[in-house]
Amino acid sequence: MVDTFKPQSLQEAVDVLSDKGAILFAGGTDLMVQRRRRGGLIPDFDRPVILIGHLKELKEISNSTREIRIGSCCTYTALLSHKAVPEILKTCVSQIASPGIRNRGTIGGNICNASPAGDTLPVLYALDASVILARDNKERVLPIEKFIKGPGTTVLEADELLTRIIIPHSSFNKFFYKKVGTRAYNALSKISFTGLALKKLRAVEDVRIAFGAVSPTVVRSKDIEAQIRGKDIDAIQKMIPEILSHYSKLIDPISDQRSNRRYRKTVSLNLLNSFLKNYML
Amino acid sequence: MEINFILNGKGVKVKTHPLRRLLDVLREDFDLSGVKEGCGEGECGACAVLVDGELALSCITPVGSVEGTSVVTIEGYRETAKYRALEEAFSATGAVQCGFCTPGFIIAAESLLSKTPRPTPNEIREAISGNLCRCTGYSGIVEGIKRASERGEGLW
Ligand SMILES: Cc1cc2nc3c(=O)[nH]c(=O)nc-3n(C[C@H](O)[C@H](O)[C@H](O)COP(=O)(O)OP(=O)(O)OC[C@H]3O[C@@H](n4cnc5c(N)ncnc54)[C@H](O)[C@@H]3O)c2cc1C
Ligand code: FES
Ligand code: FES
Repeated sequence: MVDTFKPQSLQEAVDVLSDKGAILFAGGTDLMVQRRRRGGLIPDFDRPVILIGHLKELKEISNSTREIRIGSCCTYTALLSHKAVPEILKTCVSQIASPGIRNRGTIGGNICNASPAGDTLPVLYALDASVILARDNKERVLPIEKFIKGPGTTVLEADELLTRIIIPHSSFNKFFYKKVGTRAYNALSKISFTGLALKKLRAVEDVRIAFGAVSPTVVRSKDIEAQIRGKDIDAIQKMIPEILSHYSKLIDPISDQRSNRRYRKTVSLNLLNSFLKNYML
Repeated sequence: MEINFILNGKGVKVKTHPLRRLLDVLREDFDLSGVKEGCGEGECGACAVLVDGELALSCITPVGSVEGTSVVTIEGYRETAKYRALEEAFSATGAVQCGFCTPGFIIAAESLLSKTPRPTPNEIREAISGNLCRCTGYSGIVEGIKRASERGEGLW
């Protein structure tokens, strides 16, 4: 039976981690399902486990003039009740799983699980979020898109722990978030779309577009966004076919038990079209 | 490992592996069989309990993580006036057929009403969105929670 540690501080967690190469256990809502065994047996953990979900240092949210910093072990419920958390992230989080899971599941767990269907990821990409990784006395900061490598894989080293997520403040006045699942509640995403824009008079001064669950990792193109940025809304309307065809080349969905390639691609482009035509106006 | 917590109002101690599911500890070590296992993976809510007043799914909660907390199962909740209001309402609105899902719905209802004593139908649906029922079609349950919230005036 594997050893389980319940450290009393972040420092202690980091120490145990550098010693043991253990599995970090935050809310456990992914781990307990992935490692489930039938018949009431203890879930199948093959390496020592460190419980971190209770650590106060990882549950803090701090807000400054430049950015908001969210502790990796903040639960979804905690994010929903904090006033500094960006609205678009709250909209996304309120559609994750169900209340019982939102009381336990953490933002850090969602990021580190790195599932293509991880709902916070596209929103965090769109908001230019970064993550802070800590190990024995050292820290590194990475943009979220550099942290996620592929489906289920990240650049996290065995002795590293995700401590905080940094979201720089930005201002947008147009928001469109849409999660498409099999039913309204408690369903994993088939597709999710995140669109943000800052429109002043007729000009779109900033724009962010991200797709979740339709490629191995989140689809966001800073190049295409740059082509839209600064343009007049009428000019953008004329560019729509071209924009759709650019994204169509980037969206590369799979068919699985939740949906199929054609549906995912069609709906993704329809959502984008709807953002550009309706929500951005 | 020895794990201490409060279970239905009484301090308890269990010597067990901290990664054992709270569900199994409650059912096997404490004979609390009102906590049901439906899916075993967080999807159905049959195993719901309250941990420090918050809704939690005992099938994906390791017992080590409830150390020092207060856990309430349907057996503990049964002793309250709030439970009786929900029981009366659920039977009046036909919210129970086979009953397998009922403890989980009652716990989810308590978790809602403790924060929102007069919920709208949408808030009720949202609050029970992690609970599955194969029998009733949900309307009776939504009505039952609404009725309890109205008739149980002052309880929550
Ligand atoms: C019924 C159900 C419905 C769900 N619905 C959704 C949904 O709609 N959308 C969605 O996106 N997800 C959903 N999930 C998945 C899950 O709830 C989320 O991914 C959740 O955010 C995981 O967080 P956690 O704290 O529970 O992670 P854990 O299970 O504790 O950990 C997940 C992974 O991350 C690692 N990890 C956790 N924290 C850290 C850290 N600080 N540093 C380094 N590594 C870490 C763990 O080692 C593990 O590999 C659902 C799950 C269930 C059971
Ligand atoms: S048995 Fe726990 S949610 Fe289904
Ligand atoms: S009454 Fe049978 S599952 Fe709900």
